[in-house]
Amino acid sequence: MVESFGPILAGAGLTVQLVTLSVSIGFFAGIGLALARLSPNPLLSYPAYAYVFFFRGTPLLVQLFLIYYGSSQFDFIKESPAWVVLSEPFWCAVIALAMNTTAYTSEIIRGGIQSVPWGQIEAARACGMSRFLVFRRITMPVALRQALPGYSNEIILMVKGSALASTVTVMEMTGIAKSIISRTFAPVEVFIVAGSIYLLINFVVTRVIRRLEHRLTPYQRTRAELEKEEAQSGILGLGSLLGRARTR
Amino acid sequence: MIELLTYGETGWGDEMLRGAGVTVIVALLAYALGILVGMVAAAGRMGGSLIVRGVVEVYTTVVRGVPELLVIYLLFFGFSGAVMWVASTFGYTDYIEVDNFVVGVLAVGVISGAYSAEVFRGAIQAIPPGQIEAGKAVGMNGWQIFHRIQLPQLLRLALPGLGNVWQLTLKDTALISVTGLAELMRTSHVASGSTREPFTFYLAAAVLYLVMTTFSQAAFQRAERFYSRGVRMASG
Repeated sequence: MVESFGPILAGAGLTVQLVTLSVSIGFFAGIGLALARLSPNPLLSYPAYAYVFFFRGTPLLVQLFLIYYGSSQFDFIKESPAWVVLSEPFWCAVIALAMNTTAYTSEIIRGGIQSVPWGQIEAARACGMSRFLVFRRITMPVALRQALPGYSNEIILMVKGSALASTVTVMEMTGIAKSIISRTFAPVEVFIVAGSIYLLINFVVTRVIRRLEHRLTPYQRTRAELEKEEAQSGILGLGSLLGRARTR
Repeated sequence: MIELLTYGETGWGDEMLRGAGVTVIVALLAYALGILVGMVAAAGRMGGSLIVRGVVEVYTTVVRGVPELLVIYLLFFGFSGAVMWVASTFGYTDYIEVDNFVVGVLAVGVISGAYSAEVFRGAIQAIPPGQIEAGKAVGMNGWQIFHRIQLPQLLRLALPGLGNVWQLTLKDTALISVTGLAELMRTSHVASGSTREPFTFYLAAAVLYLVMTTFSQAAFQRAERFYSRGVRMASG
């Protein structure tokens, strides 16, 4: 158990890389896709719907294999500059994970946007804000805050999904775990080691998101609670930029 | 490209459909197993002793927080060892090989069960405590309260969640292709290897998965409407 810890932990770096890359791409692409899906223009909303339908209705493994193995079927892809990226298993995994999370993220953000009370948008328009300003100052901040709990689940799904990269030879944590199991035949020990690192990563993710949610929802707490928080952050010197600015 | 997907000697159409059939069977069995496990786990979580509650909590947390692939590897490499260990206590010491199909159903079932358990727990908690109190007040015993008040509402309250679990379970079966079981994903892999047309076959597999998820989603929506027929809603 102790000897498998080092190699598996070494694979954690690749797991974190896969997740951070695909989640950051998926976040921005997801906002774009959600806007396309909500657009009154059918040329935008239908393709967005089809994209979400395809990526939510098929297993991630099929999507990954379509990109990794599928792209080698076409000579024009092999001759194009895109082949530099598509011949790399790591980048294929990032693309597949990013495209997958884009679909799910867009649905989460769409839910957030639709939950913004119309009165708030009306009020902003009445103050004379332009459409873009309303979007930037009202719709998006409220929608993202609303979407946070769901988004935390989505990141956990990505942490778990990154394990599929091992099926296309990327030696992240699960890939290393599998190779140790097939060499030593100690599945339980390896499962405990790799499993606890995954749980730790997911624990940190949920904690960070919950913290962020707490910071962004000061209006859900009483004045006394807020003052107490302020005092504590003052003593510890850990007052976060976000939280302080908003509790005032 | 299309002729590869026809029936018979030259086409892979029949093999692909058979693979899809295996996928559906594995998914159904794993889903049923998951519901069983989930009900037991939810019951243990709600009414069990401290130890039972702890065990259930570890089970649902670990399985939902760890990659499905890792759970599959654990059972694929570990299950026959566990079976042999149990058999050896009965004096049977020969090598026992457990079928990939069994391992697949078991692995996906264990994963599915962790999600089902959470769905059932949520559904039980969604029943207003006043109804249980009312049942007690008119003199019902625990079993009567369960099958007259909780059970009829459980299905309605759990159905949306169970629909999601079914979708997850169906898609998770693709992962057991790593054990070599000839379900849809594995069949597509073999077909693309021998024809050198991976895109064609993975796209065909994707379409078959889409058909399965779409049809089952429609079925769940109908079931939801059926079981909510007694509930007054804001619209519709």
